[in-house]
Amino acid sequence: MTIINMSEIRKVYDTGKVKVEALKGVDLQIHEGEMVAIVGPSGSGKSTLMNLIGCLDTPTTGCYELGGQAVSGVSRDELAEIRNRRVGFVFQNFNLLPHITALENVEMPMLFGGLRPAERRRRSAELLERVGLGDRVDHKPTELSGGQMQRVAIARALAMNPDIVLADEPTGNLDSSAGSDIMTIFTDLWKQGRTLVVITHDPALARRASRMVEIRDGRITADHAAAA
Amino acid sequence: MVTLKDVFKQLIRDVKSEKLRTLLTVFGIVWGTVAISLMLAFGTGLHKQLVKSTAGLGDRIVIAWPGLTSIPYEGLGKGRRIRISDEDLETIRGNVTGLKAISAEYSKSFRVSYGTKTMSVDTSGVAAEFGAMRNLIPQPGGRFIDAIDVHDSRRVAFLGEKLATDIFGTSSPVGKTILVNQSPFLIIGALIKKDQDSNYSGPDSGKMWIPLTTYHGLTGEKYVSNFVFQAVSADDTKALLKRMSAALGKRLRFDAKDKEALSMWDTTEQFVFFDLFMLAFNGFLGLVGVLTLVVGGIGVSNIMNVVVEERTREIGIKMALGAKQRWILTQFLIETMLVTFIGGAIGFAISFGVCAIFPSFGFTEYVGDPVVSPLVALLTAVALGVVGFVAGYFPAREAAQLDPVVAMKL
Ligand SMILES: Nc1ncnc2c1ncn2[C@@H]1O[C@H](COP(=O)(O)OP(=O)(O)OP(=O)(O)O)[C@@H](O)[C@H]1O
Ligand SMILES: [Mg+2]
Repeated sequence: MTIINMSEIRKVYDTGKVKVEALKGVDLQIHEGEMVAIVGPSGSGKSTLMNLIGCLDTPTTGCYELGGQAVSGVSRDELAEIRNRRVGFVFQNFNLLPHITALENVEMPMLFGGLRPAERRRRSAELLERVGLGDRVDHKPTELSGGQMQRVAIARALAMNPDIVLADEPTGNLDSSAGSDIMTIFTDLWKQGRTLVVITHDPALARRASRMVEIRDGRITADHAAAA
Repeated sequence: MVTLKDVFKQLIRDVKSEKLRTLLTVFGIVWGTVAISLMLAFGTGLHKQLVKSTAGLGDRIVIAWPGLTSIPYEGLGKGRRIRISDEDLETIRGNVTGLKAISAEYSKSFRVSYGTKTMSVDTSGVAAEFGAMRNLIPQPGGRFIDAIDVHDSRRVAFLGEKLATDIFGTSSPVGKTILVNQSPFLIIGALIKKDQDSNYSGPDSGKMWIPLTTYHGLTGEKYVSNFVFQAVSADDTKALLKRMSAALGKRLRFDAKDKEALSMWDTTEQFVFFDLFMLAFNGFLGLVGVLTLVVGGIGVSNIMNVVVEERTREIGIKMALGAKQRWILTQFLIETMLVTFIGGAIGFAISFGVCAIFPSFGFTEYVGDPVVSPLVALLTAVALGVVGFVAGYFPAREAAQLDPVVAMKL
């Protein structure tokens, strides 16, 4: 089943003086069960593409369907709901809320998703256990290492059991050992049947994916199944 | 399902994480509430005190003295003495409309003795209505002269409170017997302590009152020293004055415009002055209040603006996780309301405390005791809250309308 279906997607950043065309017509299909690595030089438009996939931003032109549902032209509240239920996002800089505990951070999407408090807590604890942080539930982000923070973020991305998990350079701020731990969690998730899209600069990590998409200057220049 | 508990938990976190800002916001509202409610409290207290000390003389009464004519009238030359008797006043009572009460007042000094003490006391013979008109309120256990006392020419006396303590010390004078010009008089009551800032024959505290009929018996005096009257409606007093002069002038044959034949002191004029003064004073306080609100409001809104700026990233993250605009805005609304509520409550408590301890400073006689109006405190807090809310709401809405990526990068 096709989860992501993009055609002729363009994104122009209009900063007033200059217009930057970050994406110059992208066609991309991602199917259930795939693990897609997106690679490319800095400034090529990887994050821009990822933000569009995750409905954090809207394309200037083009057609985008997520799980069979057209995304362009829907209301802000509907977009919020799509972000909440269909997508799980993992950021390079974690983007955890600093004043609340790991458990409460993971609960956040469930709070917006309307789950009952008891259910939220139970599921949040279970997810933290799954990423190996069962003993850190009551720690605040500042009391955790970078690798641990990213694991909290992964647990949070899984909170609403989304159709697809998106990660924008999830290991970019981590040392290589913590980074490879995080990559292991992602590959495990993929093996359990999840659909993932991961941006990475690390060719070794990219090779772990089932498919590699290369972007240069706002266009997809290569798209092939990984050797493994 | 977002429960109220979730919202409050979130709120407590926010407040904890931004202690200084929250403190400043609360302080702004406390300050505004205290400033305005105390100012108005002192205004109210001052007004009450002014009215009270003026009312020491009487409840919007007119005091009239007969004198010598200064204008010739129907062939009678000027310089004629006008004499008014009880009978004249009784006739007037029936003839003049809009008259609520009237009482003659006969005044003389009597020798009063009790035990070994003897003193000279300014005494007035008056009718029963006199007490209510002149605000001569008895201490508990006593009463003023009544109609039966007057009808039966009873030998009873009502004492000013200072006179009562001069004679009896701390023990109650009611029921005791004193000698007035050698005749025994029963004391029926003593005056409560009152503030009196004006008088026409010495303050009430040192005086004595007896029924006017009894007074006639003691002195043989037939003509009043002065008389006191009161209009049914205080607004009508000016016109009543004219009707009184006309009726008495016709009966006693003097010109109604002759201010010396019958001179009158309209004490309601003071009230008109005080009302005007208070209007101006309250206007001034109101202006200061509005300025305080504006300054406080600007403070609160500045703080809320900073909050939203600081929180734009957080708002972006929440939106990325699926928070709807409504959720973000509700959060701000509840937070602003709670901060306002706490600030208002503290401000009100401070104002209330100041008002509670103020009387012990001993300025009451001059400026009265401040009285906090809960309504004013509430309105002040609400007004500040509205300013804070508006100030927080619009930037928050702006942030919530950004695309999550943009908000997160800010
Ligand atoms: N908000 C923005 N306003 C203007 N231009 C932008 C904005 N965001 C990105 N760009 C521009 O769009 C282009 C693509 O940026 P993008 O962040 O997608 O690159 P990237 O491939 O993720 O790079 P990196 O590997 O360094 O993260 C760049 O030229 C960038 O300068
Ligand atoms: Mg990027």
